[in-house]
Formats: sequence, structure tokens, C-alpha cells
Amino acid sequence: MPMLHTVNKSPFERRTLDTALRHAVKGAAILLIEDGVYAAFDGTVVAEKVKAALADHKIYVLGPDVAARGMSEHHVIEGIGVVDYGGFVDLVTEYDKVQSWL
Amino acid sequence: MAEPWEDDELEGPVRKFMYVNRRAPYGTIYALESLEVVLIAAAFEQDVTLVFMDDGVYQIKKDQNTDAIGVKNFSPTYRALEGYDVEKLYVEKESLASRGLTTDDLIVPVQLVDKDQLAQLMEEQEVILSF
Repeated sequence: MPMLHTVNKSPFERRTLDTALRHAVKGAAILLIEDGVYAAFDGTVVAEKVKAALADHKIYVLGPDVAARGMSEHHVIEGIGVVDYGGFVDLVTEYDKVQSWL
Repeated sequence: MAEPWEDDELEGPVRKFMYVNRRAPYGTIYALESLEVVLIAAAFEQDVTLVFMDDGVYQIKKDQNTDAIGVKNFSPTYRALEGYDVEKLYVEKESLASRGLTTDDLIVPVQLVDKDQLAQLMEEQEVILSF
């Protein structure tokens, strides 16, 4: 399995998500955590870019960080998986390694 | 005996303070620190205006539940600001729209302003603190 990339910065404030996507090979997974979760919602100016990335990558978002920010799992872009902390651990073990884009 | 700062004759001038909030909550400490400083200014009975723009609009998103991340949810404090006579809350329209949010998503009543109106409001202030 390729790599799991984690992104923890808001896509509206930093370019971290763009950088991660630019360096992720086809089949690599993206996990959105902390302020990175804001990239996971429909109706935003970054939503189309994220939807396009779903063609090459599985994308996940961390549920507890979504809830903390008052965002609704119902508004998560279709195709993005919501995981809890256990799911986070499963992803880390499933992929060969993790790159944390800070 | 009254403390010096309670003496009416020594009451300082009231200045127009604007707090510009541009960061999301929890990911960094800026949002919480701003709230603390706003409450201090309110305690000194200053003329306080709050602005939420860019990712700052997320600070006042409804339904925040931080139980699973082990961090205090400070969003209810925004609803208490009215009790400190902090009633001028402005949200930049463009910031809200680009995040797919509306005023219905917010925990407190706010005045929606566009970027030009906001620029004008900023010009009217005496002190601007950006977080």
C-alpha cells in the first residue's frame, strides 16, 4: 500500500492540502484532521478541488474534529469517509507509512 | 475606600476597540486568546467591536461539541458577550459564503457586512487588535 498523508491545516488559510495532493501518488490516502477537516465539506470554494482528488485518492476525515468544530457529518462531501480515533489507527496500520504535512 | 479605577473622576477615556478574528477555533490558541482580551476590554467599559472574517467565522459556528477531543468548548461564551455590553458583532459576507455557511449556522446574532463596509468600519476605530 502507498502512503497515508495527514493534513491538519485549514485549506482556506494554508496551502498544505494542495501540497499534499501534489505529492500524493495515485492510490495514496488523505486523512483530514484538526483544522484540515474544513476541506471536507460541500458548498465551499475548495469543494470542487477535493471532489476531483477523490478520483485518485481515498479521502477520510476525523469525526471528533468535525464535531468539535460544529460541522455536520451530513455535509461531508460524498465519497469522503468519516473515521473515529480507532479508524485513524486502522488507516495507519493499513498503509505502509504516514506523512504528516504540518 | 474606592479603588482608584473605581473613582468616577479618574475614569479614563472610552476608546473604540476593534478585535479582528481570522482564525478557526481549537487548531490554534488565537480564538480563545482573543475572547479573553475582549472580555478584559469589556470589563474596562471600552467601546468594543468584534469582527469575524476568513476562518474566524468558524469560531461562532453552532453545535460545537468538543467532548471527543478533550478541549474546552468555549463557543457558549460568545453568547454571554451581550451581558458585557459587547453587542457589535460583524461578520464578513464573503468569508461566510466561501465556506458554504449562512448566518443561520452561527451561535450569535451578527451584522453581515461586505468587505467594503468592513474596511470603512476599520477606518472608524481607534485601536485594532488582530488575532
